[in-house]
Amino acid sequence: MSLVEVTGLTVEFGSLRAVDGLSFSLAEGAALALVGESGSGKSTVAGALLGLHRGTGARVSGSVRVAGTDVQAAPDEELRRLRGAKAAMVFQDPLSSLDPYYAIGDQIAEVHRVHTRVSRRTARARAVEVLERVGIPDAVRRSRSRPHEFSGGMRQRALIAMALACEPDLLIADEPTTALDVTVQAQILDLLHTLREETGMGLLLVTHDVGVAAESVDDILVMRHGTAVEHGPVGRVLAAPAQPYTRELLDAVPRVDARRTGSRATDEAVLEATGLRREFGRGSRTFAAVDDVSVTVRRGETLGVVGESGSGKTTLGRMLVGLLEPTAGAIRYEGRPHTGVNPAVQMVFQDPVSSLNPRRSVGESIADPLRARGTERDEQRIRGRVTELLERVGLEGAHYDRYPHEFSGGQRQRIGIARALAAEPRVIVCDEPVSALDVTTQAQVVELLGELQRELGLALVFIAHDLAVVRQVSDRVAVMRRGRIVEYGPADEVYDSPREPYTRQLLAAVPALDPELAARRRAARREPAVA
Amino acid sequence: MNALTGFVLRRVIGAVVTLFALSVIIYVVFYVTPGNVAQITCGPRCSPVQVHQVAQQLHLDDPLYVRYWHFLQGLFVGQDFSTGTSVEHCSAPCLGQSYQTDQQVTGIILTRLPVSFSLVLGAMVIWLLLGVGTGVLSAWRRGRFSERALTALTLAGVATPVFVIGLVLMIVVCGELQLLPFPEYVNFTDDPEQWAWNLLLPWLSLALIESANFARLTRASMLETLADDHIRTFRAYGVGERAIIARHALRGATASVIALNAVTFGSAVGGAVLTETLFGLPGVGQELVHAVKVVDLPVVVGMVLVVGFFVVLANAVADVLYAVADRRVVLA
Amino acid sequence: MSEALVAVEAAGADTAAPAASGARQFWRRLRAQRAALVAAAVVALLVLIALAAPLLTGLEGQDPTTYHPALIDSARGGVPTGSFGGIGADHWLGVEPQTGRDMFARLVYGARVSLGVALAATVVQVVLGVAMGVASGLGSRWADLVLSRITDIFVSMPLMVMALALLAIVPDGFPRPVLVALIISLVSGWSTTAKMVRAQTLTLKNLDYVAASRLSGWSTWRTAVRELLPGLAAPVITYAALLIPTNISAEAALSFLGVGVKPPTPSWGQMLTSADVWYQAAPQYLLLPAAALFVTVFALTVLGDGVRVALDPRAASRLRIGTGRKREARAETAGAFGAKKEDRA
Repeated sequence: MSLVEVTGLTVEFGSLRAVDGLSFSLAEGAALALVGESGSGKSTVAGALLGLHRGTGARVSGSVRVAGTDVQAAPDEELRRLRGAKAAMVFQDPLSSLDPYYAIGDQIAEVHRVHTRVSRRTARARAVEVLERVGIPDAVRRSRSRPHEFSGGMRQRALIAMALACEPDLLIADEPTTALDVTVQAQILDLLHTLREETGMGLLLVTHDVGVAAESVDDILVMRHGTAVEHGPVGRVLAAPAQPYTRELLDAVPRVDARRTGSRATDEAVLEATGLRREFGRGSRTFAAVDDVSVTVRRGETLGVVGESGSGKTTLGRMLVGLLEPTAGAIRYEGRPHTGVNPAVQMVFQDPVSSLNPRRSVGESIADPLRARGTERDEQRIRGRVTELLERVGLEGAHYDRYPHEFSGGQRQRIGIARALAAEPRVIVCDEPVSALDVTTQAQVVELLGELQRELGLALVFIAHDLAVVRQVSDRVAVMRRGRIVEYGPADEVYDSPREPYTRQLLAAVPALDPELAARRRAARREPAVA
Repeated sequence: MNALTGFVLRRVIGAVVTLFALSVIIYVVFYVTPGNVAQITCGPRCSPVQVHQVAQQLHLDDPLYVRYWHFLQGLFVGQDFSTGTSVEHCSAPCLGQSYQTDQQVTGIILTRLPVSFSLVLGAMVIWLLLGVGTGVLSAWRRGRFSERALTALTLAGVATPVFVIGLVLMIVVCGELQLLPFPEYVNFTDDPEQWAWNLLLPWLSLALIESANFARLTRASMLETLADDHIRTFRAYGVGERAIIARHALRGATASVIALNAVTFGSAVGGAVLTETLFGLPGVGQELVHAVKVVDLPVVVGMVLVVGFFVVLANAVADVLYAVADRRVVLA
Repeated sequence: MSEALVAVEAAGADTAAPAASGARQFWRRLRAQRAALVAAAVVALLVLIALAAPLLTGLEGQDPTTYHPALIDSARGGVPTGSFGGIGADHWLGVEPQTGRDMFARLVYGARVSLGVALAATVVQVVLGVAMGVASGLGSRWADLVLSRITDIFVSMPLMVMALALLAIVPDGFPRPVLVALIISLVSGWSTTAKMVRAQTLTLKNLDYVAASRLSGWSTWRTAVRELLPGLAAPVITYAALLIPTNISAEAALSFLGVGVKPPTPSWGQMLTSADVWYQAAPQYLLLPAAALFVTVFALTVLGDGVRVALDPRAASRLRIGTGRKREARAETAGAFGAKKEDRA
């Protein structure tokens, strides 16, 4: 008998059909990944396995059997016995998924006691035991800490420990590493792998990241618009996708080993920063977000800036465009010192929602740099120029009078690019311009930026946490860590023969699209831990 | 907990600064009025000679900062007053002397405070039980008819002025039904039973109104917590609805409720003016209304300062309690 | 759970478009709430009554200030002679005990005072609060520190007590309702508005579209006017809608204590001052102003809630299903405790 048996599952929220007649099964001890872009319904499926849509107004039809329980038909009491005890779920954001007011050990003990008739003390001991199991050092003491006293990776470990508390047959992991840095992600994926080897539990992994899936599962199910596009062994699907959508998806995934092509980089420096330092806070709590950073941006090239969270890459970007004053150091534009904002140095922001004023039409937003310059007062000509820009970034001139909420994330990012172009810049600093986008949209926006660069001879500073995207677009790369640049050089050199151990560690943590390579890397990661 | 100590320290310093600024503002506002202070203080029927005497007593000819300095001295080391014929010592904390009764303001306030505390303490017990209870109930029964009824009732409570509720209660209970005599304050030390019986109606009227605030806050915080991701986690682990409400949702509301309670308590000690006036309770509020009506400036200034002290203290205590209940605040 | 899941999935898919808050959408969302609609109708009626007060009393043929000693039994301490407190064709709602002034006229003119004072106070509070809040949100670190400290001091002012005391020292001759409105607004409301506006300004200031406007080359001033102020409109209107009923209560309370609006100007709170003495002989003398006050404040509170839901459906839905952002909300509640209505005690 299989562990999970889903037949003709359909979930509707009002008029929105999130899952549409999905069927799949998962054998005991097996691992399956549900992969899809946002809106594909993958998380809704995960919720349906535990009957979490019950009582929320969602209409669920079809049959779901998990570990012998008919989730659809089971009375509430039986459903509660399934949840946590036979099938446990790990969520995306470990901070908000734990109660901020109670110690981690107490929360695990509480869950344990729901399913076992053991004393408080025994449950607490069990909590410490599972925390040790997931690799939390000094578990007795740490079990008394509250979630906010843990780091992101530790919290995700704690959440996994909670899942282990009742020794479930099935672990459902909903984007378990999306909120984490790449090196921490690798550790969590390794942990899941080890636990599965040891306990033999089944794994249902929900993720948008094909690489994460390749690292962790046997089978993969690609979803789109609530239906299954392709389902098969992970090695086969990734190596030889049968469906066009799967192929499109895989083609869009940036590869960390793909070189940049078609570059027209020059040696002419446009923007130079020397000895940049930026402090935040006062008195004893002062810390330097960026510390002694010097970079040069040349005409026609893309400088990639890559780093994990807290590395100071966003602060650096804001100083380069003049939105933040450096505490020390100087910026030179075309050889002359420059402070404050500079129309020739523009920015494309990360969040496509907050980067456009919801109360102004997109045309007005794009026209801002034209009006601010004050040289053009003719409304007709301004409108004409904005229309041109809209068409240039792949939208329609008629979109002038529409408002931001009428556009998708990718379109909004195009609008942001058009606004930056309106100022006729020489340099555009892109701060995580594609990290909020789905992978196929991501590829289109990256493509657009490349085109514009070649056409206009723009210099780009591409700031991102995703090593593969940065590789794909950059001529030169700066790797940042704790406010400093640890490695700086031509992209191919940095990626192919990194000099710094930190760069090597980062590169080794990037999920591989090839399951066999992933297994080899995992083995390699394990060795130093043993030694 | 080092961060917490630092937070408390910062909050205490902030409170002291606020108190000092408050005292300056109050002093300046009341002694630099558009009218002739001596005339106002002495009353409308005073002769010019009497007005002059008052002006001398008040040191009205001195610059303002000198007078404020005297006032501060009185507060911290005590002060001597000449009442024309004799010199009276007013020991610290001296808030001055009434020009209507020649009594010392500190003494007046000290006799009034126990009454106000009696009123507010009793009412607090009721508003906490009633308010938090209603809030929990409506969060638990969310989306059902009973919740909507409770919400409407709470809103009505928020909208009713306390003197309306008090008036109606008094007329119905004491007047029409004659279940209780019209309230008359009895000291707790004299007769605890009579003390409680006579305060029952004032407690109820004050508490009914305040409990509406607590019900709203409790309900809102609990619903907010119930929408949080961690509630989803515990549901996904088979934790029952009752445990989720009692253990997780209610815990999420405690910090806010504790803080609101501190503030409400502090402001009610001097601010339950309406309840005290309505029921004739000789508390701080009633005395203040009296002092205002007869324009007894030293009493008014002293009272406002004392009440301000309680409010500032309550605000600081509220912040600290909030931080203790929710340590994340300290880290922010 | 399900809604949360949909929200998570939809956020990326951009199907859940955060609506641009246009006036039309505001009306649509307000109209969708039945309670708010009824409340709005009641408020409209009250405003109409207040505006048409001379007309209405003209119809009745009375005015609010004329004494009618003939209708008062001075032997019985001033009880109205007619039955039910002197209700009749001449005096639709009877006459006031002791003075014999017309109840109906005093009630409708009382609405003028009540609404007028509350509205005027709210305007002052909002203007002062927005000015202070924006100034400290956009100003330098020192300006912010000083302005925030001042605001904090006013947040911890005991409103009722300060208002009482201030009203005592202001010489007569100043138009009393104006004075009451001014004092209510100076000692309360504006400080909490300022705190809210400051927090909102700080949030908006850090939004990417504000940064983008600066990168476009606009000055800080122009950016503030174009990008920040429109974003403040919704929270400020919401806050103002909740301030109005509070101010009505404050005026009524002060007048009830005998230091607010003084006779002969009629005020609901003032009428209740001696109502407990007369309730047996003239029950409407207690019931009418009490009911008028209750209905007005209740309707305005319900309407205020409705406005809040209509202006910020996300905040409102956060209370029902919502996601995240609790920290800020909590911090706001914590900060708003100073706004606690002391006048209610």
